[in-house]
Amino acid sequence: MTATSSPVAPVATRLAEHTIEIVSDSGEGAQKCGQIFGAVSAKMGNGVWTVEIIPAEIQPPPRIPEGASGYRIRLGAGTVTNWGDATNLALAFNEQVLVARHRLGALAPDAVLLIEDKWATHEDADIRTAWAEAMAELATRPYRIIPVPMETECLTLVDNARKGKNMFALGILACIYGRDMERIKEQIAHAFRKKSEAVYEQNVALLELGRNWAEEHIDFRIEVTPAPMTEPLVVMNGNEALGLGAIAAGMELCAMYPITPATSVSHYLSEVFERFGGIVHQAEDEIAAAGVAIGSSYAGKVAFTVTSGPGLALKTEFLGLAIMTEIPLVLIDVQRGGPSTGLPTKVEQSDLLAALYASPGDAPHVVVAPATIEECFHIMVTARRIAEAFRTVVMVLSDANLATGVTPFPRPKGDVRWQADPIDLAPVPEGQKAYQWDAETGLSRRIVPGQPGGAYTVTGLSHDEGSKVAYSSGVHQRSSAMRSRKLAVLQSLLAPPTVYGDAEGDLLLIGWGSTKGAIEEAVDRARAEGIRVSSVHLRFLSPLEPGLKAIFSKFARVCTVEINYSDEPGDPYITEENRRIGQLAWVLRATTLVDIDCWTRVPGEPLRPGSILDAIRERTPRGGAA
Amino acid sequence: MTATCGLLPVLEPAEHEAHYEITDYEGARARWCPGCGDHSILASVQKLLSAEQLTPEQTVFVSGIGCSSRFPHYLRTYGFHGIHGRALPVATGIKLTRPDLQVFVVMGDGDCTSIGAAHWVHALRYNVNLTVLLLDNGIYALTKKQTSPTTPQGFVSNTSPEGGVLPSLNPLSVALGVTNASFVAQTAEWSPAHLYATLRAAYHHRGLSFVRILQRCPIYSTAVYQAAVQDPARIALLVHDDGVVVPEIEKIYKSQVAHDPHDLAAARRIADATDHIHLGVLYRDPSRLRYDEIRRVPPRTAEERLTLIDAELDRYAV
Ligand SMILES: Cc1ncc(C[n+]2csc(CCOP(=O)(O)OP(=O)(O)O)c2C)c(N)n1
Ligand SMILES: [Mg+2]
Repeated sequence: MTATSSPVAPVATRLAEHTIEIVSDSGEGAQKCGQIFGAVSAKMGNGVWTVEIIPAEIQPPPRIPEGASGYRIRLGAGTVTNWGDATNLALAFNEQVLVARHRLGALAPDAVLLIEDKWATHEDADIRTAWAEAMAELATRPYRIIPVPMETECLTLVDNARKGKNMFALGILACIYGRDMERIKEQIAHAFRKKSEAVYEQNVALLELGRNWAEEHIDFRIEVTPAPMTEPLVVMNGNEALGLGAIAAGMELCAMYPITPATSVSHYLSEVFERFGGIVHQAEDEIAAAGVAIGSSYAGKVAFTVTSGPGLALKTEFLGLAIMTEIPLVLIDVQRGGPSTGLPTKVEQSDLLAALYASPGDAPHVVVAPATIEECFHIMVTARRIAEAFRTVVMVLSDANLATGVTPFPRPKGDVRWQADPIDLAPVPEGQKAYQWDAETGLSRRIVPGQPGGAYTVTGLSHDEGSKVAYSSGVHQRSSAMRSRKLAVLQSLLAPPTVYGDAEGDLLLIGWGSTKGAIEEAVDRARAEGIRVSSVHLRFLSPLEPGLKAIFSKFARVCTVEINYSDEPGDPYITEENRRIGQLAWVLRATTLVDIDCWTRVPGEPLRPGSILDAIRERTPRGGAA
Repeated sequence: MTATCGLLPVLEPAEHEAHYEITDYEGARARWCPGCGDHSILASVQKLLSAEQLTPEQTVFVSGIGCSSRFPHYLRTYGFHGIHGRALPVATGIKLTRPDLQVFVVMGDGDCTSIGAAHWVHALRYNVNLTVLLLDNGIYALTKKQTSPTTPQGFVSNTSPEGGVLPSLNPLSVALGVTNASFVAQTAEWSPAHLYATLRAAYHHRGLSFVRILQRCPIYSTAVYQAAVQDPARIALLVHDDGVVVPEIEKIYKSQVAHDPHDLAAARRIADATDHIHLGVLYRDPSRLRYDEIRRVPPRTAEERLTLIDAELDRYAV
């Protein structure tokens, strides 16, 4: 340690929220540093929303902008529902990853940037030049840049600073934000539980080194006051919530093939599922995964399969079979950017139409989308029950934002009634058909192999109630009606969505999936400006929640907000007739005949509330006194 | 009722005094063409079901799409007539969930060795306890005479009017090349006694038993097996106490090869041999690891699960 005397600790600035990010080359541990910071903040009672900053490759070359890897934490005094707008404080391990964030517009204009400064004096002249150029680029904005001798400091304790720099960084953040050191140490112990005691101790020493350094050299402190907790909370990401939700729903088989960003659902389940009597089956491909899940469901369970866009494409033929044979199945699609391999690690909501119309032929099925990480948990319970009661496919559309976002939510209280009943192998009543469709609802009792008196053969060929292959023309019309009717019946059981804000106004935004927090925050901010805007967030996409037309009629303008592509009006060749619009807008226009507008973007990142606010302003008369 | 094995309690088959006759396994009237080899296979399977007294409702036949895949409709058991090429994943899902069910799989050559090839290879490796029948007529029959992977080179079809250009795929060599495959046999539908004996051996094998059944299509591929049907000298029987022994046909098929089904290297040589069509059990190793067995976990009651969920949530508690 170099300094001799400690200055008086600066007075902390109190803020309602602050957004922090740690970026490094991949493999330098910025993510672990961020995870611990986020977890500790949540435990201290702060609102937290964290997102991973992920490079597309596992081990990109060092010091390239595309290799930026890290973690972003939005810290709030109250609940935080989305990732926010821009970063207020960034801590970077090299200038290239920092410049990458700057170029993405991720940093607030007045952000504080803490940066490892060893590159400034590096022996390699190219690196020194790169540093100088980056600094010049950053100097075009009023950032406050603070050089930090991270490596030099770490080398006073360890031989290889590459391992452990992240703990030094964590120490700096702990000092600036007044984080509880004991809780941090607990988290470090947890993170390195599979390593030796010596590893733990070294990490703690580096943590303390970082904090001490910051106490001496950083002249500001930030206080985002934690709110006392009023109810027990849990903190996890959306994929863990989906996995845990599947368990709470009593599901016992997850069949999958690895694909980002869905895979971590199965990573989580692979770790714990067997304890709950379940298994994760890693199939040879997504088609087989669907087949295994359908086989398991046919045999009496409700199994599920989890994938992302390219895998959804492969499963579609099997989905048609499940719909045709009325075998319950839950399919999770954790959406990423598309088409094709697209943006494997980034959020998008471009699979809606593919999900709705997934299978060739008329293949009515249910599509739901959780709007929050908490809902990822509960939606699995809903999905399983609907799949079973309606003998159909339920698709759950999550996305990369929910998958990797981490936020606290009220601890769910499990309920035995959420779980599946044991398989009923009672004899099939005399004369009962394989599909004893209720003439009104199309619903029928599920039959499972092993039930005496059944012995039906299910088939993907058009069939009658007895599962006999249909050779007469009326049968297909009637069976199609029966499968379709079930959706109308489900809709009759749903409540109209609640309107966020006033029930009438100049503009109604409609969203679905992970954008809820950002949309509602934008609505709040606009309303504070006097703009008459409200929003509706849909969980059911098929069938749609009822009463939409009546809700829309109370607003001068209705506009969807979606993370998918739409043409910009006014772009070359784009006309009112050929404009490709947002996917939910497409569906809502068709079903309500309301002239619905859309505001959609595909930035490869979650929508920012500030951007949505701009879209609101563009679409509304000047609010307030105007 | 509650033995702990499988994803759910193993359910004991309903007590029954009844004796199941062959006719008790008859489903819809088979609509295959007159002279189609599938009729003979159906008859042998029904005979097997009756001989083994399999409870119809405890038995599931899973198939893909093709003429051969109509099989489940013609049986009075549970049946799953799925999609082209994908019978094996469905059967795997059923068996992983319900070890108490007896699961058979019926596929055509296009179904199994072309569109379903990936599943076929991996199913052999999983070695789940399934009885798998490949009804190989060397042609796509349902779609009216297109070349399949097992169509002989030079054979004229609607997609190869000049004759198929590639040498045909040998399903036996493929199966024997898959790590952890545990039972590979070949039989022919025109030798009902051999067919029955082979089905029986396959049924009694624990693990995935793969049986290639040479099957005539009288409409599109008569020529493929005609020579072998007419000239028994083209066929060699594999004989061994651990394989199948069918004394009643030994007078017809004079060429016999003593082959120990535990000898994998010999099995591969036989599979590749072109001098004769070999019928019998090429390979059998009941000690191979079974995926359905090693993945079996004790079931949980709803209450147990609830307690465990609570403990799990503690890990995430703020
Ligand atoms: C995905 C898909 N592709 C193609 C088909 C059309 N198709 C139906 S059966 C079949 C081939 C049947 O041949 P095989 O499996 O040998 O059975 P066989 O009719 O000879 O018994 C094909 C290509 C289909 N049903 N599904
Ligand atoms: Mg065929």
